[in-house]
Amino acid sequence: MAEGAGEEKKKFSIWDLPDVPVGQLPPHLELQRSRVSCNKDAPIHTESIQYSGAYASMGIDNSSRLDRFSNNFRVEVVRLNEDDMEFDMIGIDAAIANSFRRILIAELPTMAIEKVLIANNTSIIQDEVLAHRLGLVPIRVDPRLFDYLSENDQPNEKNTVVFKLHVQCKRGSPRITVKSDALKWLPNGSELVKETRNATSDSSSKPETYTYFGCSQETIPEFVKNPIIPKYPDIIIAKLGPGQEIELEAHAVKGIGKTHAKWSPVATAWYRMLPEVVLLEDIEDDLAEELKSKCPVNVFDIEDLGKGRRRATVARPRACTLCRECIRGDDWEKRVALRRVKDHFIFTIESTGALPPEVLFTEAVKILEDKCERVITELS
Amino acid sequence: MEHGSFTDNSVATFSLTDEDHTIANAVRFTLNQDPRVTFCGYSIPHPSEARVNIRVETTGDPARKVLKDACQYLMLMCRHVRCTFDKAVEDFKASNAVKAMKIDSQDSSGDDSEESE
Repeated sequence: MAEGAGEEKKKFSIWDLPDVPVGQLPPHLELQRSRVSCNKDAPIHTESIQYSGAYASMGIDNSSRLDRFSNNFRVEVVRLNEDDMEFDMIGIDAAIANSFRRILIAELPTMAIEKVLIANNTSIIQDEVLAHRLGLVPIRVDPRLFDYLSENDQPNEKNTVVFKLHVQCKRGSPRITVKSDALKWLPNGSELVKETRNATSDSSSKPETYTYFGCSQETIPEFVKNPIIPKYPDIIIAKLGPGQEIELEAHAVKGIGKTHAKWSPVATAWYRMLPEVVLLEDIEDDLAEELKSKCPVNVFDIEDLGKGRRRATVARPRACTLCRECIRGDDWEKRVALRRVKDHFIFTIESTGALPPEVLFTEAVKILEDKCERVITELS
Repeated sequence: MEHGSFTDNSVATFSLTDEDHTIANAVRFTLNQDPRVTFCGYSIPHPSEARVNIRVETTGDPARKVLKDACQYLMLMCRHVRCTFDKAVEDFKASNAVKAMKIDSQDSSGDDSEESE
């Protein structure tokens, strides 16, 4: 009996089954690989399957070669203003998208006020609080035109921008609010004179100030028509009562967000994965009306089938905030599936004003390339 | 800095200073995509210290070379991203300019028709 069974046993291959697609994954595995399923309690399949041999037993090559990446990768810009932009990146992995986001927030250089030399402050705002507030004011200047100022360097026209603030509230006049447009740019450098211990002081030579500007910054072509000013003129810095005065000089230097958040060039930058709302079965009539009213952002729409029958359709899946209202309640999980597409990222970048957002993103990609190059040179 | 063994150069741990998740996660992703890699991962020994350890184990090729190839692949990907992004922004600006011109010409033609009547 056993021998008879052995002779009849043939080699059986799964590829002989009629409905298994050859050369690609079966649909349930493709769903697992490319979509995050957002269920009522928690999302599942959130990790991205990166290992090149993940589907080796099925004969599928999961590795991404550069030509496949180049063919599949797309960028679509949705909105682009002077201050913010929203664009879609399709075909990239979360690891790279997150690297771009981290670099945008923490490693793109900007200019911000670092040293504040206070000559006179009789206001009720303390010196350090005033200096802190001045540091957070965004300055409209291209940081690529400047160098970093390290401890051994002297502040000169290539690494420092000097501002002056001199406000006084005279006795008898009402209280005034000091806004950021009171910051005046000094293209010739600092005007505060350093006290030198030199007894033999020649009155003919220029007194030494806190910066050593070789030439005026006004002569640099980029600044001829665009003086350096704070981006928003109506930021409240301090308030003065009668008889109070503030006289100070602020030096702005180049830095990155990692050191202090004032040097971050984005108000913030974030991404989300494209939501996908799928109706698993036809939803008609009253159920359709109920579904449409449940969604707070109007993802669903009703279409008429004729003869008074209506059906629900997904009209705006991109607006879905995944509040899961549509799958709350009995049985709704069987009718509506909420998913996210794992390689489609909706990026939003809000710039604080130093650079336009599309330039910020290009610079962020350049910085990632520089980091890779550093690693490569260290390895060779 | 590479910590490996003198006899077997297909497995090694690379310790990078002044780096964090930004580049480590991206390099780990590209390493995983390489078919020669059997195991790769990264860890940050202490969050206050900017150091990353990347572990690479391959099917025979020297680990150093595989890591270098992964970094170069990442660089090529970044370049491609940059080109595609620049092109998309240019196309968007161009199409917006065309739309603005169309709206302007529609307004002006509307005025003309009113004047003629």
